[in-house]
Amino acid sequence: MQKKEVVAMLLAGGQGSRLGILTKKLAKPAVPFGGKYRIIDFTLSNCSNSGIDSVGVLTQYRPLTLNAYIGIGSAWDLDRSGGGVSVLPPYVREQGGEWYKGTANAVYQNIDFIAQQNPEYVLILSGDHIYKMDYSKMLSYHKSKGAVATIAVIPVPWEETHRFGVMKADENGRIVEFKEKPKVAKSNLASMGVYIFNWKELRSYLEADEADPNSSNDFGKNIIPNMLEANEPMYAYAFKEYWKDVGTIDSLWEANMDLLRKDPELKLNDSKWKIFSLNQTLPPQLVGPGADVQGSLLSDGCLVLGKVHHSVVFTGAQIGEGAEVIDSVIMPGVQIGRGATVHKAIIGENTIVEPGAKIGVPAKPGENVEISNENGITVIEDNVCVPQSMRIVQGTVLSVAAWPEFPEEWIS
Amino acid sequence: MRDLLGIIDLAEPTEGLRELTVHRTLGAVPFGGRYRVIDFTLSNLVNAGIRNVGILLNDRFGPLLDHIKDGKEWDLNRQRDGMFLLPAPLRGDSGEGISSNLINLQHNRGYLEKSRQEYAVFSGCSMITNLDYRAAFNYHLEKQADITVIYNQTANLSANPPYTAVVTDEKGRVMDIALNPVQCTSRKVSLNMYIMRKDLLINLVDHYSARQKRDLFTDAIMPRLDELKIYGFEHTGYVGAINSLKSYYQHSMDLLKPEVWKDLFYTHGQINTKVKHEAPVRYLEGSKVSNSLIATGCTIEGTVENSILFRGVEVGPGVVIKDSIVMQKAKLGPGVSLRNVILDKDVTISEGKSLVGDPSFPLVINKLATV
Repeated sequence: MQKKEVVAMLLAGGQGSRLGILTKKLAKPAVPFGGKYRIIDFTLSNCSNSGIDSVGVLTQYRPLTLNAYIGIGSAWDLDRSGGGVSVLPPYVREQGGEWYKGTANAVYQNIDFIAQQNPEYVLILSGDHIYKMDYSKMLSYHKSKGAVATIAVIPVPWEETHRFGVMKADENGRIVEFKEKPKVAKSNLASMGVYIFNWKELRSYLEADEADPNSSNDFGKNIIPNMLEANEPMYAYAFKEYWKDVGTIDSLWEANMDLLRKDPELKLNDSKWKIFSLNQTLPPQLVGPGADVQGSLLSDGCLVLGKVHHSVVFTGAQIGEGAEVIDSVIMPGVQIGRGATVHKAIIGENTIVEPGAKIGVPAKPGENVEISNENGITVIEDNVCVPQSMRIVQGTVLSVAAWPEFPEEWIS
Repeated sequence: MRDLLGIIDLAEPTEGLRELTVHRTLGAVPFGGRYRVIDFTLSNLVNAGIRNVGILLNDRFGPLLDHIKDGKEWDLNRQRDGMFLLPAPLRGDSGEGISSNLINLQHNRGYLEKSRQEYAVFSGCSMITNLDYRAAFNYHLEKQADITVIYNQTANLSANPPYTAVVTDEKGRVMDIALNPVQCTSRKVSLNMYIMRKDLLINLVDHYSARQKRDLFTDAIMPRLDELKIYGFEHTGYVGAINSLKSYYQHSMDLLKPEVWKDLFYTHGQINTKVKHEAPVRYLEGSKVSNSLIATGCTIEGTVENSILFRGVEVGPGVVIKDSIVMQKAKLGPGVSLRNVILDKDVTISEGKSLVGDPSFPLVINKLATV
């Protein structure tokens, strides 16, 4: 096989359990985002736009949607005769096989895949972040510093540092300290989970890590600290643009809402850095005579006859006459019936909200509601039917499984 | 449908479309916010399971080739079969291809012979419709017809000539065919789509091209009405025939009716087109949009009513677009107002300009023009 300068390994096997019912049937990177995309589109498009044409996508949890979506990678121009995109689930060897135990182990299990292409560098990415980044600039930085490892970092608010891997770097950018989720941080530079390694060195660290029975086989917990301890030249690459981890209901909703600003930090319509996605070639959206659309993002195939304010409406969704959608995320193929209202909610793919149903209404005094997220977002599972006259209180997370008496006719 | 071969003819007359076809063949005329006219015929063929499609090219086909490329969007980039581009023989003087489907088919006779399909469907590309060729083919076999002509009764074509009227008996056999009849008892109008055995097609091409004839239907099929078993198959869905600026404008505006939008885009299959990866449409606070078809990549802050916006159009604050069609990447200065206007691709309208046409005679601004 043709030698590649750099091979990207995209970690897409995570369940994303904090997204709850939204990842019941699909992996986190396959969750729809931004009106027509899925989360993984951002990383794949970054690869494509950065000129990286060999990408291994490591899958494990519920990969079917992701597999079908990625296909041979043509949507991202990654259907290449040498390299391109390769979906890499765990596989069986002579001595049996095992699931990916951690991020480092996932890459370790694919050492042969990387070795086939014999690259100088390996770029490690995760498939659950929303950002636009030119990895080729980071690679130039890596080379110019003579680094063995370069970690992309972004300043985060000090009060949030305990959620991240935090880096302290000297004036040359060399990393002098790394703490995974520290209680008291000495820096506010958080790791974005984007790493470039020299392949030769990474390989030996992966092998040593695998031989250590006490390791959790994780980049943040093991590989990076081990390299630092061995005094390898490791550098921090500062990224100053929009970056968001969309691992929770709150952050997923917030990141969608971020796109609705008048001048959003993350521009989706930049012709020099397009975000590619698998296109369904649906017709342009039809906005009917009585429609009222403000401060929103709408995609192909939508039919809007009602009111949509400050919301993201995905491909093929329909909003009926007199219906009202506010501060919400309406996933692909959803139908909101005539006169229904949806306030501050995420409605899962292909769910039907029947005419007159009310979603996200304030609780009546004394009404007991379990609110599972900070913003009080109501979440409705995919492929269900919310019947007429149903009233769903703000902050409810509605799924068939969580509701034993869920009537069968609700399942669309 | 391995047995059926598709041939698309781009040689239909385009004079009526004036500015829109100066630099492009009819098939490449932008339509419906994100499509080109040929997308409908091409997608209908593919949706019926046809995997071998030949496209007869004559002139002004540059933009068409840029659009269809290797046929990938229609899944026609195949090892076996797939899409074939069939250029007409060039005229010595002008370098243009000869606009005659008989001469073109004769020129590309090898393609017809080599194709392994037994039957062929021959179609023009001016009909905007979502049509089930499978049903038409089954009808053809069931009737043991020599030729099946697909017709429609809803298209008000006699108001927009040219058109071809067909008269059928109660069994569906075509009894009479008339071109642009002044008085006509039949509302059945040919969609310029014919199904026949490939052998018969080759025979007709050989015989009539050798006699200097030019058009498959009028010169080769019509004269054989009595000796061939010609049947009519009725397609009942929406049909828009694009043969003049007026009909182009009317059928574009028809897309604003949800029932037409659904019929055209969601009945027998998807209409595919070249994908441009544009972002979802951004509606900013203060935007007023009603009864309009908006393609991705647009940003709207102004007013859009009864209009069609193609991809990547920016409607700034104070801009008013009514009853108009604005093609890809138009640049509209602040305060621009449009009514009954068709802006071709990449047009620039400078600040404060107001352009007004008439529904029966929309004002067309040429591609790349600056006003």
